[in-house]
Amino acid sequence: MTLDKSYLEYPNRRQGMDHDLYDFSMLDRRKPVAWPNGAKMAIWVSYSLEYFPLDQPSKPFKVPGGMVTPYPDLRHYTTRDYGNRVGIQRIWKVLDKHGIKASAAVNSKVAERYPYLIDKINARGDEILGHGVDMGKVHHGGMDDAEEQALIKESLDVLRKTSGQAVTGWWSPGKSESWNTGKHLTANGVDYSCDWGNDDMPYQMNEAAGNIWAMPHGDEVWDRTIIMDKKHNEEEFCEQVEDAFTVLNGETDQYGGRVLSIILTPYIMGQHYRIKYLDQILGWIMAQDGVWSANGAEILSAFKEQA
Amino acid sequence: MKPDLELYDYWPYEGRPKITWPNGAKVAFWVAPNIEFYELDPPVNPLRKAWPRPSPDVLMAASRDYGNRAGHRRVMDVMDKYNVRGSVSLNIGLIDHHPELIEEAKERDWEFFSHGIYNTRYSYEMDETQERAILEDSLESVMNATGQKLAGYLAPALTHTERTIDLLAEYGFLYSCDLFQDDMPQPINVKSGRLISMPYSLEINDIIVYNAYLGTPRRYGQMIKDQFDQLLLEGEDCGTVMCIPLHAYAVGHPHRIRGFEEALEYITGHAKEDVWVATGREIAEYYYENYYDACAADIAARKGG
Repeated sequence: MTLDKSYLEYPNRRQGMDHDLYDFSMLDRRKPVAWPNGAKMAIWVSYSLEYFPLDQPSKPFKVPGGMVTPYPDLRHYTTRDYGNRVGIQRIWKVLDKHGIKASAAVNSKVAERYPYLIDKINARGDEILGHGVDMGKVHHGGMDDAEEQALIKESLDVLRKTSGQAVTGWWSPGKSESWNTGKHLTANGVDYSCDWGNDDMPYQMNEAAGNIWAMPHGDEVWDRTIIMDKKHNEEEFCEQVEDAFTVLNGETDQYGGRVLSIILTPYIMGQHYRIKYLDQILGWIMAQDGVWSANGAEILSAFKEQA
Repeated sequence: MKPDLELYDYWPYEGRPKITWPNGAKVAFWVAPNIEFYELDPPVNPLRKAWPRPSPDVLMAASRDYGNRAGHRRVMDVMDKYNVRGSVSLNIGLIDHHPELIEEAKERDWEFFSHGIYNTRYSYEMDETQERAILEDSLESVMNATGQKLAGYLAPALTHTERTIDLLAEYGFLYSCDLFQDDMPQPINVKSGRLISMPYSLEINDIIVYNAYLGTPRRYGQMIKDQFDQLLLEGEDCGTVMCIPLHAYAVGHPHRIRGFEEALEYITGHAKEDVWVATGREIAEYYYENYYDACAADIAARKGG
């Protein structure tokens, strides 16, 4: 019993990261930033509008929220669709009530199938993020490069055409990327990615990642993670949002402006029995001093002005 | 494969030689922040994949990197606030990747123990030469970077071979965090030298609570306090050991740090006659000096009963 000798060789054991996609940087050692109008906290709410095809593949991995039972999985297909029909309306009402403008990650198939949603997003003034073609088409290491380029182009072309928006932000389905995703995104006019959850502030990646900006949009304060994966209830989700706000806000005096990313899934947080808790926690946050509700592009723009 | 590696003898919890920690303390308390490096595209071990998705697994790798970039600061600040020195479960490769973190821990006189080279390189299927290379790399790298002679070990990602424990004793390690059979240290049966098992935890380990028990961050804080209360009570009869193992990529998030902070405030709010706040090495050295022989004799005399 032995391992290949390469298993004990460490060609990338050196200062910094073991790859060239981005440089290492400790959050607490960076120059503080100030948000517009003296705000301490940028509140970035985003939500996803997704289409899960009944015949989606489960390889090379099952996308979060993907189909579960043998075909045809009407149970999960319709549960997801509930979010696009009913759940999102409840979330929009809560956002309206508290004056929150958000980022909407939209599969291009959703824009084609439900143009109503694009019209509503535009009417609200929410920012549209590229979110791939649909939830059956994930980007991943080892995929055909031309296929990935075609997916990115299709997604952005459809979203830009149907919405009239520039679409400068991107969130890959399942937060999955290939080695080339960043480069292809910037070649297609995308400025920032939501796929890298390794920071609490924006940072610019390297040329190997297309010099794309990584926005603090991790998988933590997300109803999918906390409610579906961790099995916490809606009140416990809101407690965690509150604690995240309190801790980040408490750091702003020393470290400058911070971003609280709150990620919502209409078929999860838009459920009837959950929505009142979302109303309560967003109401509480927006009543705090020094908060600025902004979408991803606005936060990044304010950040870059000082970078 | 064997049914039992016979690393230790059965030794009932009651009736052991009484342990009293310094100042008469009943609980020896230590905190073990895991400071880890996860490679984005590691070689594949035949028995365990590092990441569930094809490389680059952006979702998982980024979540781990968060600990070093952002979460670390919060964990260290809370420990500073309550004057708790860490015993770092260190992926040795991180000495090269992120010397900034090593310097901060050195400034605070924290202990370092080895947690393998990377948390994406597993011990499974290693031959003896390879496993020795991991230990020798660990000893040399930590000595060069910190001047400390390694005392403790926790296998990378808890991956072991049949010989891991014997090798630790041979190389002069004082304690292993790899065995979870007890709330007190225990002399381990090794081919040469001496070794003790040091209570670490796969119960109030942040990763286990969040990801296996699916506990909320506030619940995590309560679990830590409840464990401490129970071990304090039992420590009146015979001193106990309590460790909080942490990962900055988990507990260091803004929505999670509060539960840990409240627990640390609670524990360190006890008198020094109740709790001895120490490092893994300090607990091991005190045990060897005062209790190893008596405990080893008791184990031998009781012959498993």
